[in-house]
Amino acid sequence: MLLIHCPYCEETLPEVEFVHAGQAHIARPDLPSSQTDEEWEAYLFIRTNEKGIHAERWRHVHGCGRFFNALRHTVTDQFLTTYKAGEPRPELPVEGGDQK
Amino acid sequence: MSQFRVAGRGRINSGRRVRFTFDGKEYSGLEGDTIASALLANGVHLVGRSFKYHRPRGILSAGSEEPNAIVGTSRGAGRYEPNTRATVQEIWKGLTVTSQNKYPSLKFDIGAVNDAAYMLFSAGFYYKTFMWPKAFWHKVYEPFIRAAAGMGVSPSEPDPDTYASRYLHCDLLVVGSGPAGLAAARVGAEAGLRVVLVDENAEAGGTLLSEPQAQINGQQAWDWLAAELAGLKAKGVRIMTRTTAIGYYHQNMVGLCEKLTDHLDVLPKDMPRERLWRVRAKRVVLAQGALEKPLVFHGNDRPGVMLAGAAQTYLNRYGVKAGHRPVVLTSHDSAWYAAFDLEDAGAKVAAIADTRPAVRGDLIAEAGKRGIPVLLSHTATTTSGRLRISSITLAVVKDGKTGPETRYACDCLLMSGGWTPSLHLFSHTQGKLAWDENQNTFLPGFTQENCGIAGAGRGLWGIEAALADGLERGREAAAALGRSVDAAPVRVENDRTGTGVSHTELPTRRDAGKNKSFVDFQNDVTAKDLRLAVKEGMRSIEHVKRYTTNGMATDQGKLSNINGLNIAAEALGKEAPKVGLTTFRPPYTPTTFGTFCGYHRGSHFEVTRKTNIDSWAEENGAVFEPVGQWRRAWYFPKAGEDMDAAVLRECRATRAGVGIFDASTLGKIEVVGPDAAEFMNRMYTNPWTKLMPGRCRYGLLLGEDGHIRDDGVIGRMAQDRFHVTTTTGGAARVLNMMEDYLQTEWPDLQVWLTSTTEQWSTIALNGPDAAKLLAPLVEGVTLTEEAFPHMSCVECTVAGMPARLFRVSFTGEIGFEVNVPAYLGRALWDVLWEVGQPLGITAYGTETMHVLRAEKGYIIVGQDTDGTVTPGDAGLSWAVGTKKRDFVGMRGMARPDLVAPGRKQLVGLLTEDRSRLEEGAQIVFDPNQPIPMTMAGHVTSSYHSDAVGRPIALALVAGGHERMGETVYIPMPDRTIAAQITSTVFVDPENARLKI
Repeated sequence: MLLIHCPYCEETLPEVEFVHAGQAHIARPDLPSSQTDEEWEAYLFIRTNEKGIHAERWRHVHGCGRFFNALRHTVTDQFLTTYKAGEPRPELPVEGGDQK
Repeated sequence: MSQFRVAGRGRINSGRRVRFTFDGKEYSGLEGDTIASALLANGVHLVGRSFKYHRPRGILSAGSEEPNAIVGTSRGAGRYEPNTRATVQEIWKGLTVTSQNKYPSLKFDIGAVNDAAYMLFSAGFYYKTFMWPKAFWHKVYEPFIRAAAGMGVSPSEPDPDTYASRYLHCDLLVVGSGPAGLAAARVGAEAGLRVVLVDENAEAGGTLLSEPQAQINGQQAWDWLAAELAGLKAKGVRIMTRTTAIGYYHQNMVGLCEKLTDHLDVLPKDMPRERLWRVRAKRVVLAQGALEKPLVFHGNDRPGVMLAGAAQTYLNRYGVKAGHRPVVLTSHDSAWYAAFDLEDAGAKVAAIADTRPAVRGDLIAEAGKRGIPVLLSHTATTTSGRLRISSITLAVVKDGKTGPETRYACDCLLMSGGWTPSLHLFSHTQGKLAWDENQNTFLPGFTQENCGIAGAGRGLWGIEAALADGLERGREAAAALGRSVDAAPVRVENDRTGTGVSHTELPTRRDAGKNKSFVDFQNDVTAKDLRLAVKEGMRSIEHVKRYTTNGMATDQGKLSNINGLNIAAEALGKEAPKVGLTTFRPPYTPTTFGTFCGYHRGSHFEVTRKTNIDSWAEENGAVFEPVGQWRRAWYFPKAGEDMDAAVLRECRATRAGVGIFDASTLGKIEVVGPDAAEFMNRMYTNPWTKLMPGRCRYGLLLGEDGHIRDDGVIGRMAQDRFHVTTTTGGAARVLNMMEDYLQTEWPDLQVWLTSTTEQWSTIALNGPDAAKLLAPLVEGVTLTEEAFPHMSCVECTVAGMPARLFRVSFTGEIGFEVNVPAYLGRALWDVLWEVGQPLGITAYGTETMHVLRAEKGYIIVGQDTDGTVTPGDAGLSWAVGTKKRDFVGMRGMARPDLVAPGRKQLVGLLTEDRSRLEEGAQIVFDPNQPIPMTMAGHVTSSYHSDAVGRPIALALVAGGHERMGETVYIPMPDRTIAAQITSTVFVDPENARLKI
């Protein structure tokens, strides 16, 4: 079972307190009705399905209730870092390096 | 004392006799015996029949890796356990053991005809034999496979035992209490770490228990072990025996299964049978040792054929000789010591045959000293003996050619094909394996976990090497946790180190194509099967495994994987590391369902949420149904009533007078803040800005894809406060969705969301007399059409209790929902029940609620919708605020497929023969079209309606809204039912009944 660091609680806690919430950094368009079908399809359905380091959302549902973002390696399941919603994806020194 | 029990040997010397039965016959063993050691002491080797060929099988190993000696054990009703490994299970007074896979008896098994028909059962036989015709699957093949492929019989009674589960945190977890594990634990303890040491055996000590000859630091091995264990305990090390590390999960969480009672003759009261431990360790040392490999040759599976190391264990730990006249066949030095120990214990070793041309001089000399004939460069070509080995045929191999054969009489054969490090738990960590050329096996490589491997588990041989390595791994773990410690090296004399070589199938002068040289004993996979799989095109070891079932038995390939890999690699003409190993997955050994379930069984399987009014329903004979995690009153049968009669009475009474319903399970979310209306505008399809405080509105929630997710009546309690209701099952989902948007898309909105589902008890009153009943109890508002019209809400008091009163209707009758603080629910219900008596108040359950709403065409999300239904499909376009700038799902609703013609739309159905349709039944337009028919939709809701006087149904039908009045057909197994498409509103389409 994974241990996950909640950036709001600043505590590392068992996975059972959290739920996964899909790929991160997909902003909802300000005015969806102005989107073409192709743009809307991309927003709704197209995901990277990363093999490697993946930016994804988690929610500390049985804790503070906050949504936050994480960088997780989808092969090893290892959490590399977590950060608050709205913050940019952090640069990792190891990214693209020996983690692949 | 039996003739196989050796006086003065073994550790089980309390002298207490234990009687048990095997296949109805009584045997006696000693306290501490396993079933296997006790049977061997009685000269019994034949303990089971193999899975496919029903060949007689004996005891192969002395541990949890056993593939053959699989038996059923029982201690009475509900406590039968199939597939118990006889080599692990300890005996106790009264234990009943039965053999498996035999009919009518172990000695004469009719299924053994499979053995003669082995050509039919070669690799991939399931795929070949049972291919066609397709129609045979159901009636012929499947029953045959199920009957023939039994591994024991599943118990059919409920399990009377209890199972526990616990968490444990420690600095260092050591798996395996052999020399390496003991050393690692000691260093950890001396460094001040919290140490847990676990071992699957009944006793700690591992190899030391089988090697009493060793002298450690000048002490006899068992004396040293006893002192060491006492020392560890004194230092606070938690030592857990009969405890198997079954799985290694992320971030050093290791699952342990502790067996507490299976070895006891009297079950202690209130003790669980097994306990699952979830251990989170800062560091882990795996010291699981190595498993001995069988040699692969024709006839290597007869009862009496045993791993040499196992024979050594039976002798030294249990004081049992595997036989009087063993032959030893080996490719590794270790088996020579088994021969010496048995000879010294009074057996007469007929020969030591070694496949190697040269063997260490001291081993040859020791054999010579004991007068044991030594045969080098030898192979085995066959064995004989129907129910027990009686001879083995050996031949010299010279220049790659097998020479003339010589037969050696024997009563057991002790074999060793070398040793395989036990890498199972390491593999669970996604640990990388590294091929070791010298040992011809895989050794542990890199793992991302904080984990070290010690001793034989990484290919080291001998007690001294294991102790030294354990110390080093312990020191490593301590250092990683910031502790340093000095550990003096341990000196071992009479250590038995050794080396060996690895083989595929042993050379033979016979037709290898007819050989039955077993690789996987339990699944009856031979070397020939593996070669055939390669010949037939399997290239990946994963495919070879599945095609042959090699390594797929209950031992999960502990003995067969490396032999299987080597043989497949040879057949493929590749190096073993290029072929790769199949993946080991948890659990390490078979684990009971009970262990995993723990406390979560029966009423503890899932929480049962009960409303404050639940007690009234129970007292009044309600039949309950589970909804989400709630238990809800389904209907309230009176004496002599079945469900249909009760529901009919409840429906009629509600439409004629007044019905009372516990609606407390409705999801409730309080949406509060200056931007609450804006938030509601963005979340729900409806417009909220102009909704006045004190009014409510039916709200519809979509996903971004434009499909209906939830609905409910929403009251605006104040300018900045909404009382949102959701479906019973959808409450948590809706709150999660709202939080998601609020936190991540619109963090600028000043809104707060609170789940209030469990804060309110909600009682619904419906019927023409509802206002008459309620009015006298309400203070703060007058229940007239003018003062409190339909779709109003207000804070007031009801029967003196603070309340939020809604005038809403889910029945088409005058309706109210009274929300009071949850703890007052029962009290309010009692008042309403009392006051309602003169009006003939009737309690109704969820079934009546369903019928009444269906008569009005009110949908139930999740029943009449299925995640692909749009507001338009459901006839709810009126609830969509098309003039709004945006809301969740607005853009989704405009997707091409969602506006295309021919979508399935919600309609009503009335059957021509006035029969009741089955919910879920498929609908077609043309009943005479050929099968498979084009399906046009399905029935979503169907009830008998008292108000309409016939059954009614709701259905999703392609283009349904354009097909009013048309006839559709519902083909059923016995007949085809015709039905007319109607409006979804069956009762009071003008809504006249809503008026007070």
